Formats: sequence, structure tokens, C-alpha cells
Amino acid sequence: MKTMANMSLEKVKMPEQDPNVRNKNFEEVALGYDEIMAMEEATRCLHCKNKPCVSGCPVNVRIPEFIEKVAAGDFAEAYRIITSTNALPAVCGRVCPQESQCEGKCVRGIKGEPVAIGRLERFVADWYMKNGTDKTEKPQSNGKKAAVIGAGPAGLSCAGDLARKGYQVTIFEAFHKAGGVLVYGIPEFRLPKKIVQKEIDKLSELGVTVETNMVIGKVLSVDELFEMGYEAVFIGSGAGLPSFLGIEGEGYIGVYSANEFLTRINLMKAYLDEYDTPIRHAKAVAVVGGGNVAMDAARSAKRLGAEHVYIVYRRSEAEMPARAEEIHHAKEEGIEFLLLTNPTKVLGNENSEVCGLECVKMELGEPDDSGRRRPQPIKGSEFVLDVDSVIMAVGTSPNPLLRTTTDGLEANRRGCLVADEETMKTTREGVYAGGDAVTGAATVILAMGAGKKAAAAIDEYLQNK
Amino acid sequence: MFEIVRKKQLNDSVVLMEVKAPFIAKKAQAGQFIIFRVDEQGERIPLTIADYDREAGTITIIFQTVGASTKELAELNEGDFIKDFVGPLGVASHFDEGIKKVAVVGGGVGCAIAYPQAKLLHSMGVSVDLIAGFRNKDIVILEDEMRAVCDNLIITTDDGSYAKKGFVTNALQEQIDAGVNYDLVVAIGPIPMMKFVCKVTEPHGIKTIVSLNPIMIDGTGMCGGCRVTVDGQIKFACVDGPDFDGHKVDFDELMRRNSTYQKAERERGCRLLNQEVK
Repeated sequence: MKTMANMSLEKVKMPEQDPNVRNKNFEEVALGYDEIMAMEEATRCLHCKNKPCVSGCPVNVRIPEFIEKVAAGDFAEAYRIITSTNALPAVCGRVCPQESQCEGKCVRGIKGEPVAIGRLERFVADWYMKNGTDKTEKPQSNGKKAAVIGAGPAGLSCAGDLARKGYQVTIFEAFHKAGGVLVYGIPEFRLPKKIVQKEIDKLSELGVTVETNMVIGKVLSVDELFEMGYEAVFIGSGAGLPSFLGIEGEGYIGVYSANEFLTRINLMKAYLDEYDTPIRHAKAVAVVGGGNVAMDAARSAKRLGAEHVYIVYRRSEAEMPARAEEIHHAKEEGIEFLLLTNPTKVLGNENSEVCGLECVKMELGEPDDSGRRRPQPIKGSEFVLDVDSVIMAVGTSPNPLLRTTTDGLEANRRGCLVADEETMKTTREGVYAGGDAVTGAATVILAMGAGKKAAAAIDEYLQNK
Repeated sequence: MFEIVRKKQLNDSVVLMEVKAPFIAKKAQAGQFIIFRVDEQGERIPLTIADYDREAGTITIIFQTVGASTKELAELNEGDFIKDFVGPLGVASHFDEGIKKVAVVGGGVGCAIAYPQAKLLHSMGVSVDLIAGFRNKDIVILEDEMRAVCDNLIITTDDGSYAKKGFVTNALQEQIDAGVNYDLVVAIGPIPMMKFVCKVTEPHGIKTIVSLNPIMIDGTGMCGGCRVTVDGQIKFACVDGPDFDGHKVDFDELMRRNSTYQKAERERGCRLLNQEVK
């Protein structure tokens, strides 16, 4: 029976921790819908025939279909529909930039807010984790072995799809823990690590083996993986070394790359007393950059007890690459935004510790190559920001380990691995690559999409081999 | 989990361990390092590989108990397991063909890393002077091992309680003044020692390689914690090093950055001590 859609212009609100409470703890900010909220939100979907939302999703989740099941209260079936194309729904529901993907294409967004697709996906995944009864069945083996390098979003989704097709998959992870950016980069308050672990456990149930502490390119080469009997290799080694601005004073004590700062907190749990990894607890912190990583670093610094945390970004808010929700949450938590502001020098005291960040005000000029208006300094507008720590979140350059140790693997001018957009096939036979190693720093869902495409292409390659 | 198959106390604060890690042992080369994590709550700590045995599948590490993590590691015994042990990381030491005379200079526990370098050079047929400095007689380590891989072992002690009195820089200066023509100097030890060895060699234009030990987390080219300034450029010790041209390294910055957690480390030391008292 078709009922009239719920024409409310706004999404059903999702309960969140109070900003002034949550900015002092690392527990999850957004608390998720309950069944009633989810069912109500689900009735806002118009079930458009041409499904613009699905075309906006890098892994083509069958969105209207799963939402219909949510509206009907059949959450288990909704879960089966989502997981037919998406291996990590609990993760995607939390970290995808929905506003520029599925929700960005939602017809309801033309007048009012789009359907809360991300929140519904998260609800379904969380509901299933709590109430799901299906046992994961280990698929029938097809006797072929495939290797995946890197246990991040690209590698996990590739491994999952290959395992479901019967391949015997081994993931080689450099860190002591699987998850990649999901465990070292994205903070607990945005993506609880036990959720990541549950998703990885599901892969183990499918028969995927994860070998940690294995740095491919060092301990084993790609050639050796082939010699060991792996018939195809997927490289999802992630983004590489952090960039710095090249301004004076970046060597002072208290200047962090966002990667280091976040890894200390998220992977090494420096914020918990019982863990040994140290971190500096600054009074005032400047985070340079306007992406999700900058927001994560700023909100983490606040939670470590900083009185003032500034986002220093040289363009205006409209150009910020961060998810709208992260910017919104950061502002609620008291992060201070210094837009059109560019750092020029880190100042240090007699002990070589950071004691300030000299900045200059900017104005927007003509559009540059990226189509964004180019920021230019305003003469005489220099000022010093009173901070004792500076975190650089200004991007990364690709990791050189595999490109320099694997014959026949080509990289582009920027050092990113060259891979076919549809098949993720590299210039070396049997080797596929995807995620940040190919695109440079991008999103979890794009990496997952690449992992899926590669899994399909690897399957085709090995079927015909 | 990685088993400790042999443990030997080299002096009061320096411990040698052979760790079963067959994959790493198969690939390890002089100049590379491993990262260990003692237990689930532990830090990731880099240590240069002192030796390896490809047949036995073991890696030898030699470390000084300077902080909480090395102390925790030192408390483990033969038959115990280390939670995580990853490597071989970093670029292996590379020496040009055609070098004839090299001084390998080690300071304190740095001798444990100078040793494999000397061994490699010696095996290449290079004439090696090994200059090893210690504070005093009690902490001299690896004397026999070092003697076996060089043509001339010069040991110095700061207080003169053993062998030659003075610093390694004095001994190196004397060698140069006496007319020894070094094609290369390799210096491994505390940062001030490496800095001053470079000061000795620079006026003579002797190429000097140093092995750096900055703060590090992943060791694979992700976190950026190990950045050092070399020739005015940011370099990462984990993927560009750990060996660098000593005449181009900003040692003062490295020394500062390595002191980032000194206060936290002291506080943690106190905490561990208090736990033991309880």
C-alpha cells in the first residue's frame, strides 16, 4: 500500500550530546535515530522513479528500496538491501559527505532539507549490529588467492567483495591494527572504534585473513606476493606524507602534522591515562586548513582541554572542503573560525616551544585553476595569534614505498599510482589500486567505491585467466 | 607476537635481545630499523637493527633503557613475547664502490648500530677504523665484536677509566691530524656527538653520514613526526632516511624536537615508580 509521503521540510532531528558536554569527552557526538524517528524520517522519501540519490552514491546503495523497508519497520531487510552493495554501512552512515552525494541529489532538497539518507543508513547498520540474527556464511572457496595491501576503506571493501566471490583473501596491514584511516585518522567521537572493529570482524567471518605489522614494499615485495601464490594484488595503501607550509618556525616544539596529532589520539589513545603514548595538552591551538582532517584535529584539541582552538583557513567558508556537518559541529563546540587568514610564521619562545602564529588577512580575488576565488594577502593586516600549538592540516603527498619497490608500477607527476578509472587496473598486470594511493587525499566512500570496482575487475581477470 | 629467544645485559642500562621475526630477518640490511610495541597500551618505538640471522630468522636489537617503553621491554625475558615488531623500515645504508678508508664513529649505545655498519664496510673490503666512545669503563659494550669487524679499534672514555681518555671527536681529530685520509666518516650516537663529529670533518671536506633517531609513530611515511631539516628541506627519517649527509642536517632542531615529550616522560617515570611502590 502506498501512503502519502511525509511532507515535513526538515529532517527528523538526530539526538546529539550537548556541545558543552561533548567537547570535553571523546564519546560519539551523534546518538542516532531510534526506531520511531527512523520510520518517520523514512516516510519523507518520495520514491522517485529515476532515483537521483543512487546515482550520487559511489557504491550505488539501493537507497529508495532500503528506505521503503525502514518505513515499513523491516530493518533486517533494509540491512540486507544496503549490504548488497555496501560492506561498511555503519561507517558510511557516519562519515560520508552525504550533502555532496546522495542527499545532494535528493529531490526533497530542492525545497527544504533532503531525506536524511546518511542517518537512516547509520540507523539500519546500528540496529542490525544490535539485533541482527543472520550468521555470516563463509562462501564456497574458488581456490584462488588474492592479496590486499592496506586494511583501510579501499582494502576492506575490496577484500570483502573478493571474499564473497570465494577468493581466499589476505590483507597485509603496516600498522598493528586494521582499519587504516578509520582507526588512526577519524576520531572516536565521530566514528567509534568498536564499530570499525565489528565491520572488520565480519570480514574475518567471511574468511579474510588480516596480517598486521606487514609493510609491503619492505618486508615483502609485490613480486614476492605473486611468488607466494597470490594471483592478483590490490594496493590500497592510502595517503602518504603530510605537507607543511614551508614557513619559518615549523620545527618548533608544538608544531604537529594533523596525521601525527590524530594518530597519537585515535590509534595510540594518547587521551587515555592507561596508554603510554604522550601528547602535548596545549592551552591554545591553531589548526591550519579547512578540510575534515582540520575539523577532526580542532575538535580533538578542544577535547584535550585547550581553552581556545582556532581554524585558520585562507579562503572563506564557502570554499571549505569539510563536510557541512563537521563545520556545524565544530562551531557548536566552540571552535573559533579565522577565515581569509593565512599563517606566515610560527613564533617560538626561548625553549623553542610555539608561542604564537603570525598571520595575515586575505581577500578573495579572481578564480584560480580550481575554480575557487584566489585568496590574496591584504597588506599591513598582519597579526599574531596567541597559541602554544599549531597543527598543520594542509594535505598529504603520496606514499613512495610501493611505487619505488615495484617494477612496472607507474605513478603520475604527483606520485599517485596510475589506475584505470573503471577497473582500477594499474600499469602492472594483475595489480590493481584504489583509494588515496590513486586519488590523493579524498573520502572514505570514494576509496570504498574504488575497492569494489577493483574487486569486480580482479574477479573478471582471474575468471578469464 | 614475537618471541625473545635470547637476552643479554650488556651493561647496567643496555640490553641485547634476539627476537624471532623470520620475515624481517630475511630482508633486513644494515642501517634499517624496526618499530616495537611491548603491549596493547604501549608506544611504538623505533630501534635500529643491530644484527640479523637469516637462517635462524632472528633480529638483534640493542637498546638503552631511557624511558618507560624501553624499561618495559627490558623487563621481558627469554621466552616472553613482544606484542608488535615491524620492519625492516627505512632505507638501507648504501656505500659507494671505491671507498677505501672509513672511520666509523659510535657513541655509547650508538656503538650497537655503528657495529653493523663497520661489519658491512669491512665485508666490502674497506679499511675501517672504528672509534667507539663511552662515558666510563663500566659501560663499554661489544668490544670483541667491534674489534672483529675493523682494522683499528680506538676506544675512548670521557673520564679515562679505560683505554684512551677523551671524546670520540678528539680521537677522530687526532687520526685526521696524523694524516689518515678518510674517504668517509659514519657517525652514530647521541645527537650532540654526531653534530660535533660533523664539525670535525667539515673543514676537511670528508663526507659524513649520520643515522638519525627522531620521534616517530608509524615509520612508513604517514604521520610526519620524524621530519628533519636537511639542506633546508623537510625530510622524513622513516622513508628518506634514517641515514643523511651530516653536513646538511639541522641538528639543533632535531635535538629540540626530540625533547618534545621529556616532561611527559619524566612524569610517566614517576607514575611507574609509584605503581611499583604500591
